[in-house]
Amino acid sequence: MSATSSRLRWIPRLTLALLAGPVLAGVAGTVLPGLGWLPALGGHRLSLEPWRDLIATPGLLRSAALSISTGCGATLLAFATVLAILCACDGTRALGLVRRLLSPLLAVPHAAAAFGLAFLVSPSGWIARLISPWPTGWERPPDLLTVNDPWGLALTTGLVLKEVPFLLLMTLAALPQADAARSRTVALTLGYGRTAAWIKCILPRVYPQIRLPLYAVLAFSMSNVEVAMILGPNTPATLAVRLTGWMRDPDLTNWFRAAAGATLQLALVLSAIGIWRLGEKLAARLGRSWIFAGGRGRSDLPLRLIGFGLAGLATVPIITGLAGLAAWSLAGTWRFPDALPTAWSLNTWMRAAPDLAAAFAESLKIAAASVALALALVLASLESGDRNRERATGAAMHLLYLPLIVPQVAFLFGLQIAGILLRLEGTLAGVTAAHLIFVLPYIYLSLVDPWASLDPRYATAAASLGASTNRIFWTVKLPLLLTPVLTAAAVGFAVSIGLYLPTLLIGGGRVSTLTTEAVALAAGGDRRLIGTWGLLQMLAPFVGFALALALPALTWRNRRGMQVHP
Amino acid sequence: MTGEGLFFDDVTIGQGGNTLLTLSTRVTPGEICTIMGPSGSGKSTLLALVTGTIDRSFTVTGRILLNGRDLTGLPPQDRHVGMMFQDDILFPHLSVAGNLAFGLRPNVHGRAARQAAIDAALIDAGLEGYGDRDPATLSGGQRARIALMRVLLSEPGALLLDEPFSKLDATMRDQIRGFVFDHARANRLPTLLVTHDPGDAAATGGPVIEIGDSRT
Repeated sequence: MSATSSRLRWIPRLTLALLAGPVLAGVAGTVLPGLGWLPALGGHRLSLEPWRDLIATPGLLRSAALSISTGCGATLLAFATVLAILCACDGTRALGLVRRLLSPLLAVPHAAAAFGLAFLVSPSGWIARLISPWPTGWERPPDLLTVNDPWGLALTTGLVLKEVPFLLLMTLAALPQADAARSRTVALTLGYGRTAAWIKCILPRVYPQIRLPLYAVLAFSMSNVEVAMILGPNTPATLAVRLTGWMRDPDLTNWFRAAAGATLQLALVLSAIGIWRLGEKLAARLGRSWIFAGGRGRSDLPLRLIGFGLAGLATVPIITGLAGLAAWSLAGTWRFPDALPTAWSLNTWMRAAPDLAAAFAESLKIAAASVALALALVLASLESGDRNRERATGAAMHLLYLPLIVPQVAFLFGLQIAGILLRLEGTLAGVTAAHLIFVLPYIYLSLVDPWASLDPRYATAAASLGASTNRIFWTVKLPLLLTPVLTAAAVGFAVSIGLYLPTLLIGGGRVSTLTTEAVALAAGGDRRLIGTWGLLQMLAPFVGFALALALPALTWRNRRGMQVHP
Repeated sequence: MTGEGLFFDDVTIGQGGNTLLTLSTRVTPGEICTIMGPSGSGKSTLLALVTGTIDRSFTVTGRILLNGRDLTGLPPQDRHVGMMFQDDILFPHLSVAGNLAFGLRPNVHGRAARQAAIDAALIDAGLEGYGDRDPATLSGGQRARIALMRVLLSEPGALLLDEPFSKLDATMRDQIRGFVFDHARANRLPTLLVTHDPGDAAATGGPVIEIGDSRT
């Protein structure tokens, strides 16, 4: 036993090193070129030249401001929406419905969701068609800037819609630890309305557990590229979109400017997180005096109705938008303002099939490899934790969030250079390694709670029957945890399928996945083609989840004690 | 006049076609009525019915009146029924004083007035000067007294006790039991105690209702 434990002991550290190492190295590989130091490109001296170039870039201030306004706006709105939904629904049966509607949306890649929203709200989208020609009188698509608007409103909306499911599910996962049900009963019997009860008794205890996910949402919203390319403004685009353009520029002098810009992006995100942290402290202080005053907040029906309304608003647009993708992919003739195509056809699918198949195969290879590696590392880490009686510390959990909180552009640039130097750029291996950095945290987060809550008496019973620790792992723990392990794999699969920027930058444009190809179509505006790519991109993750549900059901069809009751 | 106190008017609780329990009784102000029964006999369900947090899978007939007011259909927050649980459920994110302030009625206005009411409650509980403490640092008996004070500061019309002494050790149990019962009588609260400890029932000096093993 001691021999096994010492053999596994290094695995958790290796896992964290694989996570944090590339991020930190990538940041260094971004900040230094931003200061002119990049020996491979002849930059041997530190200088502020890249920063001067950056500042002289026309529209830079506006790009940076857009990054702040859309990112912070989307995070605040998503958080407020989640609060309103939970205040209204938690402890009622409506919550189950909300959970069932929002969970699948988590698996939808950002790009597909953004395309869906664009198809819904664009001047020739479904909403415009439904209100045309009556009552608007529009015979042709109106000349309105509902997508790519210069203020980034469409972008903000898209981000909110995609982040609400994530935040809501993270909060729901934290509720049991906050003793939510009993706290609510106490508050209700003391005369508190449901909204006040939730905010005063449950939120303060849930918040520490959703703080890191919130920071991840803030960082992603401020610095994402694919949603901003599809829904965001063009004149100028957000900072991250422009940086991505420079990083892919064949003119290598632009790389120094890109590195400086990526450093600026990192600074913006870190400042925003710092300000959010101050806001937390202020809110806690105000909250304490609000609680002390003892107001019962009993007439909260209007607030709760808003919450129910928001629950609908958070689900319906994406679902209809995705239906829009399907409709366009099968559309033959579809004139404005017809609500549905007048002729259906498989032409687009036939035309795109060879490209779709090639990109799908590429996506599948990368996802399967990165998920398999991540799963092996995470399982070995958890098992090592059991054998050495070690639990992940708070610091380890923070490291886990590093790739999700450091903006992607801020470290992928450094990794791109490293990839070129190591001759990994443009290879499947390089892209897989980059995906591993993002897949690992999600697989770990999905597995850590189910793993910890497995009744330890099963292992004890097996050990007392003489089973070795290895045998217990393979024949007791792993089978008992089959469902969560497969679910975690499906989560990782969905993450990998949806990754855009790592694939683009490390792939150097030579690795074409469903996501890179779909996003590349955004500029062209061929709706039928976007519909097919978006739809396949969206459906791919669901194949993973379907398998994750079907396999255990099939394996355990004769085992009543193993049935899952979601 | 249906009168004062907590009146159970032909109440039956059923689930899936089976009758779980029936109850018809009046608990007068200051009286402590004990409901005895084995676990699974529906004692806690009865309390959930009074507080308005009963699960929808139960079918209920009859009415419950508190000081002449029909509680049927009222949301929990409008019932003014205070409850002490098996665990004290003090909020860990608030100080001891914060927990008491949470219970204190909102019509006590102003920081000074609220602080004074909380200080008085702390003295009453024999815990003067404990206001700034973290509830986690208190002993089981101290926590139970704070939990009772939190309920009393909300000035409920009735008090429900869901085996609140079962997790205390024997010497502490007598002391806290006396403390809770004295306060219930002094505040003239109709009080319903559910327990399976005969010692609890004996200490109330009030009526004892056995509810049985209607389920097997």
